[in-house]
Amino acid sequence: MTINASGLDFKELNEQLRNIEGDVEITGCMGQRFIAAGMSDRKIDISGIPGNALGAYLNGATITVLGNAQDAVGDTMNDGSIIINGNIGDAAGYAMRGGEIYIKGNAGYRAGIHMKAYKEKHPTLIIGGRTGSFLGEYQAGGTIIVLGLHQDGKNIVGNYPCTGMHGGKLFLRSDCKDIKFPQQVTAHKATDQEKDEIRNIVEEFCKKFGFNADEIMNSDFTVVLPDSKNPFKQMYVAN
Amino acid sequence: MKLKEGQVRIPSGCAISAVISRDGNRMTGEKIIESMRPMHDRSNGLGGGFAAYGIYPEYKDFYALHIFYDDNTSRHECEQFLKEGFEIVRAENIPTRKHKNITDEPLIWRYFVNPLASVLARVQLDEKEYMACTVMKINTEVKGAYVFSSGKNMGAFKAVGFPEDVGEFYRLEEYEAYSWTAHGRYPTNTPGWWGGAHPFGLLDYTIVHNGEISSYDANRRFIEMFGYKCTLQTDTEVITYIADYLIRKQGLTLEEAASVIAAPFWSSIEEREDKDVLKYLRCVYSSLLITGPFSIILGFNGGLMALNDRLKLRSMVTAEKDDKVYMASEEAAIVAMEPNIKNVYSPAGGEPVIVRVKEGAY
Repeated sequence: MTINASGLDFKELNEQLRNIEGDVEITGCMGQRFIAAGMSDRKIDISGIPGNALGAYLNGATITVLGNAQDAVGDTMNDGSIIINGNIGDAAGYAMRGGEIYIKGNAGYRAGIHMKAYKEKHPTLIIGGRTGSFLGEYQAGGTIIVLGLHQDGKNIVGNYPCTGMHGGKLFLRSDCKDIKFPQQVTAHKATDQEKDEIRNIVEEFCKKFGFNADEIMNSDFTVVLPDSKNPFKQMYVAN
Repeated sequence: MKLKEGQVRIPSGCAISAVISRDGNRMTGEKIIESMRPMHDRSNGLGGGFAAYGIYPEYKDFYALHIFYDDNTSRHECEQFLKEGFEIVRAENIPTRKHKNITDEPLIWRYFVNPLASVLARVQLDEKEYMACTVMKINTEVKGAYVFSSGKNMGAFKAVGFPEDVGEFYRLEEYEAYSWTAHGRYPTNTPGWWGGAHPFGLLDYTIVHNGEISSYDANRRFIEMFGYKCTLQTDTEVITYIADYLIRKQGLTLEEAASVIAAPFWSSIEEREDKDVLKYLRCVYSSLLITGPFSIILGFNGGLMALNDRLKLRSMVTAEKDDKVYMASEEAAIVAMEPNIKNVYSPAGGEPVIVRVKEGAY
């Protein structure tokens, strides 16, 4: 089934989406928010520009966007996959606690902010290009991977990555010599064993977007972990 | 009695968008109105507005004053005041069309004026300073009159309503501008007065703003020492005066002004090549640092500047197509103006995006 989103506001579009069973293609998307919020067990392909909070609370559905996406994609998602064949705005994967988000291009500020994991829930955010500042801010769990395949010469990550990090794991395909991490986290060169942890997801990423997984995995990665001996105690104010 | 801006404080959300032609090609207002439709839900119908540059070529040497009046008594008083200092070459109603969603309109007038040479000689102020003082005086002393636009060859158009409706109300399809900015307002509560909508303007500087700055009072106390009067308690008004102060009065470049209001953190200044300049600006203008979330677009004669707060707590996207550069809170807003955009870019916090019309083309 196809829904032409032109001229529909976000309520009408989401209502149509809910009233159709099975897989759906949305065309002519133009900034409608909350698309597929909370949905499970179906495939949704989107052309055009989906609005903010795409796939919020997603619960198992697979969303594929042909181009770019805006802010807060996968906000608090629980399960499923979101695949973005372009760049993504700020706060991607905001507080997600399960499922995967694949981004072919760059991510904006605060990618993976407050991701968390619990028991069998283990979210993954994988970004092909570079990210803005505050990557993994307050990260509490899950895995964030940044591959740095961008071509514009900018750093793989902006300022202040991992601020407030107290759980989870972050992989950057870079030696990170120009990157300043906070004192409350530790950064080290990934061991072969650690790289094996992300091999499957990187292969999946490459399959989706047409990259060579062996080439990518042959590079050096930096792994960032919270320093449990020196955790964040207070961040901004003394009270 | 309804409270107006200045009597109650209203935090706001908002949508912004803009387009500029680097070649100075002029565009009618339909497309900038279209850009606000996908962002409809970022506004709540309590304020919308537009600024347009290059729209009055036949009067380009005169200041175009756009004024709201409560009634004809305030209009007569204001006109009497203007006649004492200005040559008024044209006075008229700003054309509007009846619109079902735009109600309670004030009297909306437009004047093309120039300060009298004899008056300038007597008060010993330059033309722009005299004009700015006049705007402050009318807005604080002439009851029921509010100047909401005061630059040359440009104008702001704003109202209480959704921006799409405001654009239709003001017949923006009849204006041709080389640059447009737009704003949709989302105050959480409002007394609902037209003067409180964006853009805010002084001379040819206009600001559309999405956000809620937390440094308002610190900024206001500083800027009021230099003759600016913040009457409306809105953060956008103070940002407008800061821009005028830094750029016109202090002679800073746009880049320097940007690094005053969205100064880099001390922890990152040391690594910068221009650290001496940045330290100097942070020290001299420390009270003009704007904190809290904002994304703004500053309009001025011949250009636009987009700027985010240094933490980037609001969104901003830019893109290009041929001679045109687009800026907006959301990429969808840009695509609504031009489906085939190139070079989509998200500026970093505190990174100004400055676009100028080439010399001689405006």
